[in-house]
Amino acid sequence: MSLAADRTDTPADRSSGAPRDLRLTALTKEFATFTAVRSLDLEVPAGTFFALLGPSGCGKTTTLRMVAGLESPTSGTIHLGNDEITWEKPYRRPVNTVFQNYALFPHLDVRENVAFGLRRRGAKDVDRQVQEMLELVELEAQARKKPPQMSGGQQQRVALARALINRPEVLLLDEPLGALDLKLRRAMQIEIKRIQTEVGLTFVHVTHDQEEAMTMADTIAVMNGGVIEQMGSPTELYENPRTTFVANFLGQSNLIAGTVTSAEGDVVRVDMHGTQVSIPADRAHVRSGNGWIGIRPEKVLVAPEGEPIDAPGNHLPGGVITDVSFVGVSTQYLVMMPWGQELMAFEQNTGRRRILQQGDRVDVSWRPEFAFLLPADQDVNAGALEEV
Amino acid sequence: MRRGRFTGYWLMLPAALWLGVFFVIPFYSLLATSLYDPEGSVLTGYDVTYHVANFWDAISEHWDELWRSLWYAGLATLICAVLGYLLAYAIAFKAGRWRNFLLVLVIAPFFTSFLVRTLSWKLILADDGFIVDALQTLHLMGDDDRLLATPVAVIAGLVYNFLPFMVLPLYASLEKIDVRLIEAASDLYASPSRGFLKVTLPLSMPGVVAGTLLTFIPAAGDYINAQLLGSTNQRMVGNVIQDLFTDTGDYAAAGALSVTLMAIIVALVVIYIRKAGTEELL
Repeated sequence: MSLAADRTDTPADRSSGAPRDLRLTALTKEFATFTAVRSLDLEVPAGTFFALLGPSGCGKTTTLRMVAGLESPTSGTIHLGNDEITWEKPYRRPVNTVFQNYALFPHLDVRENVAFGLRRRGAKDVDRQVQEMLELVELEAQARKKPPQMSGGQQQRVALARALINRPEVLLLDEPLGALDLKLRRAMQIEIKRIQTEVGLTFVHVTHDQEEAMTMADTIAVMNGGVIEQMGSPTELYENPRTTFVANFLGQSNLIAGTVTSAEGDVVRVDMHGTQVSIPADRAHVRSGNGWIGIRPEKVLVAPEGEPIDAPGNHLPGGVITDVSFVGVSTQYLVMMPWGQELMAFEQNTGRRRILQQGDRVDVSWRPEFAFLLPADQDVNAGALEEV
Repeated sequence: MRRGRFTGYWLMLPAALWLGVFFVIPFYSLLATSLYDPEGSVLTGYDVTYHVANFWDAISEHWDELWRSLWYAGLATLICAVLGYLLAYAIAFKAGRWRNFLLVLVIAPFFTSFLVRTLSWKLILADDGFIVDALQTLHLMGDDDRLLATPVAVIAGLVYNFLPFMVLPLYASLEKIDVRLIEAASDLYASPSRGFLKVTLPLSMPGVVAGTLLTFIPAAGDYINAQLLGSTNQRMVGNVIQDLFTDTGDYAAAGALSVTLMAIIVALVVIYIRKAGTEELL
């Protein structure tokens, strides 16, 4: 079934038919002892899947709760289209939340949990809508069960159905998959993404799991310390991070100290421990002085000393393999470089060459278009130690 | 697991023995007393003659007191429920760091004896006490009206004495409620009052049931409040039983009335629990 197609016959309790953009302007939340969100500006286009990604304590959940109306901002505004909802009561906002631990009503069965929002608004043909929603999340058979009798994955789907049935203009998801095991989490990610595409509503998803954000979201905003570090599509963020935090938090990065020697045209040349490397100008976020040269581990190629490497430019001899982890689809190497830094290199196990051993002498290389350059004043370890 | 098989029974044994000696045997004796020959006396001795008519005699003769006990206790329970719910709700959700202090205050009256506390109410409600004076000054009471020796005094005494038994179970069940459920209700278009009716109240029902039982059962059998704060017009069944046992020496009637009161309370409790449907709640 398609919910989007059903929109025409829903009760006319929505203020307007057309979906509206969510806009946060200079949103700030101060608690007694710290500032959770600092002057945040954010625009979420209607109908997109938006992820707020960041480590715990970065302010992402507080931001979400302000949009839901469960927390009031210290300053700043929240708009839906042209309507300001900053101070609107939570029960008057066309916004629903899938809570972190689901917050299902334990005294009501699945059917009544899902019907809760519709009943409060006095909607007609509640039974039919609940039935359709339970079909969408494949829980028809569990309709009479109470939440405590259900598994985590089932509870998660009830929570999703309970929020979704109200067809909110914005659906907020607060770490909705955090309590599930890895396999189920992957399955639910695809499921939620499918449902979002099907219903076409705006989803704002809060998570600390970068893989989850990349799998599901059209746009990701990486949050750190109450501010947004960078915003863009998953590929954009991954391929061209602007800060060391994003480079380390979203996947992993090799960051190598270097000094800009020239910046002309569309190439920035950098001296890296005696080797000249070039970086495309649109990926160089400093134009002079010192910087961090960044390269993703899977972009780093290694080959036994003297053998040809399939990459033009940036050829770095003199590496020694110090660690080898075989993880099935790929092998992860640590390579000690002549200047005393270990670089990570991930290699697909294509079988074209034998897997290298610890102590092997290797040459290292990467294609210049994959490197990026970040300001040297940023902490090289920012975001690196904050994995799950 | 052979060793653990009987552990549960061993652990139950002390309490079972205690109840056997101090509840089952006395209850049997009470039941036997209620069936004594009504002609017996301390001098001539008593015989168990299975004189069931004791019950009809006692009930018909003391119907007023029985009925009064039930409705005084019922009204006191209702007032306790309203006052207690407000108090427990405030302590559980609004008290913040004062929570423990307020709980201690709820329990504080237990540090003084029941009798002393009830006697002090006699002073509070006295004809020249400040409450009566104030109400008379405001012309809410006539000059000759009194509070003592009225149903108001007895019910007020019952409410005061049993309020903590209402507050504590209510607090325990309110405090357990996950505030995120209340947030979820408000996220799902429930105004604060709807959210209370649909989420908070149903989830606190175990506390409501426990509190009302802990209040109603002892209140229905209470005789101290009626004796100290009431007059002969506010006599409750407890006063009658006490008189029959200690003054009149009519053991058969006293026993029959005690058993009747117990039977009525058990019946009411069963109906109440069925109606409240607390087994549904986790």
